[in-house]
Amino acid sequence: MIDKLVSYLQYPFVQYALIVGVLVSLCSSLLGVTLVLKRFSFIGDGLSHVAFGAMAVSAVIGLSKNMLFILPVTIICAVFLLKGGNKRISGDAALAILSVGALGIGYLLMNMFSTSSNVSGDVCTTLFGSTSILTLKPYEVGLSIALSVIVVFIFIFFYNKIFALTFDENFATATGTKTEVYNLLIAILTAVIIVLAMNLVGSLLISALIIFPSLSAMRVCKNFLQVTIVSAILSVICSFFGIIVSIVIGTPVGSTIVLINIIVFVLFYIIGLVKGRLV
Amino acid sequence: MIQIECKNLSLEYEQKIVAEGLSFVVNKGDYLCILGENGSGKSTLMKTILGLKSYKHGQIIYDNTIKQGIGYLPQQAVIQKDFPASVKEIVLSGFLGKMGLRPYYATIEKQIAKENLQKLQIENLENRCFRELSGGQQQRVLLARALCATKEVLLLDEPVAGLDYQSTEKMYEIIENLNKEGVTIIMISHDLVSAIKYASHILHIGKKIFYGTREEFLKTDIYKETV
Repeated sequence: MIDKLVSYLQYPFVQYALIVGVLVSLCSSLLGVTLVLKRFSFIGDGLSHVAFGAMAVSAVIGLSKNMLFILPVTIICAVFLLKGGNKRISGDAALAILSVGALGIGYLLMNMFSTSSNVSGDVCTTLFGSTSILTLKPYEVGLSIALSVIVVFIFIFFYNKIFALTFDENFATATGTKTEVYNLLIAILTAVIIVLAMNLVGSLLISALIIFPSLSAMRVCKNFLQVTIVSAILSVICSFFGIIVSIVIGTPVGSTIVLINIIVFVLFYIIGLVKGRLV
Repeated sequence: MIQIECKNLSLEYEQKIVAEGLSFVVNKGDYLCILGENGSGKSTLMKTILGLKSYKHGQIIYDNTIKQGIGYLPQQAVIQKDFPASVKEIVLSGFLGKMGLRPYYATIEKQIAKENLQKLQIENLENRCFRELSGGQQQRVLLARALCATKEVLLLDEPVAGLDYQSTEKMYEIIENLNKEGVTIIMISHDLVSAIKYASHILHIGKKIFYGTREEFLKTDIYKETV
């Protein structure tokens, strides 16, 4: 078993998968804390469907570097959603429309215009990310590393502002913080992370990367800094072992990561209960 | 010295005018209570003063001393009750508005935060988790945060709503002490008895509009009808 693992780790594609997996899950867990507490848990799901739709469009018009199209489209939708949309359609309805609409049209386009002989295989890969993390090209790895470093740096630099914005946005605005700018920043970071995470777990499971680590951490931690650090550590560990396990026993990467996240969540839920009883 | 002056202000809530022709001034050291029935526009007025809501008619003039913002204690219901944060983290966040792009708190700010906790007699809660505190303690933590933001004007939105008798009395005592130290207080309240006990000025909005000193208010029909 260990020998098998060590031999796998020699392959560049396994190394790429681990690097990107760890970085993406680190980023998604950092923003996850804010998104969950701001009651935006589902935004990851909606935006990832948008990204799926954008991917289908870019495939149809034959873009080779499709990131350059998917990323801006997702950012625009993230800004629109996090600003609360327009007044006629409420936030969760707007999210649902965008999410389902993009998913439907994306699949339709792939079906009608795809040149590939295996459309349902392609769709399945995009939605569940079953193999894409194992087929990363060096430039994609480079892009992921660069974007992750930027996201982490921005998060650390604006950590206190993000805390204030998450806890009480009105107070922050009233006392002179430019909350609109920081909301925009959070929207952009969210979109970037979701597009990155599509490679790892596919569109359908991105929400898991965003919400599970922070929810697990919130079961046991008492302050914001602890929650942030613990959720980052949990997220990285879950993804790392998820990738290893899936390679060794041949399960789909995304689903395996999600399963490990669920197990950890249940564990922390129980720890939280026990701790609560003892106090 | 005038800190806030409202001239002929109209308040809108979802494109319907809820109050018209509001004119009043807030001087340094005032203790202004804003009274009015439910739906009379008290919360809208507060959001307008804080700059969270725009207005179409009238004018609000702020003195330079409060350009950096107004300390604000939101209604309890607005704050997330299950938020994982320590008292220290919340109180320190009061400084953020003044910090510009500086990412972390300075030593002097940590010192002032400690002093504010002492002033409100909650220094022993510093490392506790906010969601585990009682309602009265939570209010005091949020008040300490507001004091970190500014020592000029505090705007309190029903600060005693949902508190038991003892916590209510304690809260009023703390607010009175802050006022005596020179902090201007603007308080939205449902509690007429306490309002006329502590306030120096009263603003009543709703069907009948009144602005004046406490003594003038005691002579009005609004007061006599309510009591």
